Amino acid sequence: MDSSNNLSDVFLQYSAYMEDEQSLREEIRSQVRELEQTAREMTTLLQSVHQQDGIQNIPAICEKAKGLYPTIKEHYAALSKKVPKDQYYRFHDHWRFVTQRMAFVAALLVYLETEQLATQQMVADAIGVALNKEDGFILDLEDYLAGLLMLSSELSRFVVNSVTAGDYLRPFRVAQFLSELSAGFRLLNLKNDNLRKRFDGLKYDLKKVEEVVYDLSIRGLKPKQET
Amino acid sequence: MSSGRPRHRGGRHGNSRHGDGGERRPPEPKPEPAADDTPVTAMFRGFASQLDSKHDLYERLVKKSRDVTIESKRIIFMLHRVTSEEQDRQVLEEAAGRFRQLEGGTLRQIAEELAGHDPYLYLRAISPGLQEYIEALSFYHYLLNDRVISCAEVQQRLTYPGGSAEPASGAEPSTTAGEPPPPAETGPGEGEVGDPLRLPLPYHEYVLGLADLTGELMRRCISSVSSGQLEECWRLCALLRTIHEGFVNIGNTGPREITRKLATLRQSLTKVENACYQLKVRGEEIPRHMLADVFSATDDYGAHDDYAAD
Repeated sequence: MDSSNNLSDVFLQYSAYMEDEQSLREEIRSQVRELEQTAREMTTLLQSVHQQDGIQNIPAICEKAKGLYPTIKEHYAALSKKVPKDQYYRFHDHWRFVTQRMAFVAALLVYLETEQLATQQMVADAIGVALNKEDGFILDLEDYLAGLLMLSSELSRFVVNSVTAGDYLRPFRVAQFLSELSAGFRLLNLKNDNLRKRFDGLKYDLKKVEEVVYDLSIRGLKPKQET
Repeated sequence: MSSGRPRHRGGRHGNSRHGDGGERRPPEPKPEPAADDTPVTAMFRGFASQLDSKHDLYERLVKKSRDVTIESKRIIFMLHRVTSEEQDRQVLEEAAGRFRQLEGGTLRQIAEELAGHDPYLYLRAISPGLQEYIEALSFYHYLLNDRVISCAEVQQRLTYPGGSAEPASGAEPSTTAGEPPPPAETGPGEGEVGDPLRLPLPYHEYVLGLADLTGELMRRCISSVSSGQLEECWRLCALLRTIHEGFVNIGNTGPREITRKLATLRQSLTKVENACYQLKVRGEEIPRHMLADVFSATDDYGAHDDYAAD
């Protein structure tokens, strides 16, 4: 019958199409796995800032972690070659998580070194991706924002540990930083999605840091310098 | 521990504006730069407008997709309404006109909205409408040409060679879909001549639309029995079997939706096969006008079919 001939074509084409897609996804997945490996190494390195002796050695730790940036860039370059043009969001789920993680790592490094908020441009440059989709593989805005929210929870932990390590000044600066960040996030109209859930967490990070500030102030442990 | 008081206001997420994304907003009112804007706040104002325009586009597409769904469903109903030959032709002609309107109207607007964006970012917004449209179009195409439309043919219909400069010939906004007037076309990334405007059609969407088609074929089959067109019934049954085989072959390697639709497909097929069985066995002894009643009984049988969902 005429119609069934035509139909078997349809399904033949479809299984060919799906095979292509599967193998492409497989390639992307294995590339992302390598990227994740390096990202994990960087995160682990940075964890040592929470150690007693780490807090005195922040610049050295940062240098060591930044040594892995070239590898990260290589991975992103390889990954972006695999993704067909204009199909970034078709496969976005594969690298969404690791990119958020990298945005966090990059923002943490910038903060530790300069105590400034890393811009989207700075993060994109650090990991070797673009901002505009005309320029290729991009850093999605929402992934960058998710990275910033991870930064906030990391900093609230960092504040506690830096007080333990005897740095009483840092909490005041972090509190200032986080309240600015939180004021920024409150300007966004977030949908009821993942980002929104994490944003709700920012409140508690800020609260935690403010509690530390309060504890220090009320006991007169606040150093004499300007806050 | 003593209670530190968070300085910021608790439950306010600045979320109130989300949801009015339906209308094309006048060019984003430049956020009034407050005097005490820190660099961080200024940066976030920029992010806010980026996120808003993305969400707004998404919501506009959802609305348009819903319009496409409604019109497609109406066309399907219309196509079911008639069964006799000479009426068929009239209905098919009317359907052809409505498809042209839909393609030149809402679907074209969707293509225009998507121009310059990554369609996969917004696929979830337009997917329901697209699938319903494919279902209606392939049903129409089957009635007209007696074969299933191919993905390339559908894509052909959703490609607008004129670019986005002038409206397609004969494309008045469909009154039935109640759509807003065509938006003024703007936006960077448009207007490259030579590059035809097209609404990209991922193969998955096409196949999912075909899966929906089987429901219509089943209905058509049952009603063709009651109107005495037994030939049609056998042919539809064979066609459904072929489609079913194709989907079984895909199995659950495809997108998750396919597995769900396969179960429905299986029910439809069972219904049709039972109808054919009844026809064969009892067709001789039951008067034509009573056959329809027999099949409304088999409908229930099909619906409770448990092994359909394997």
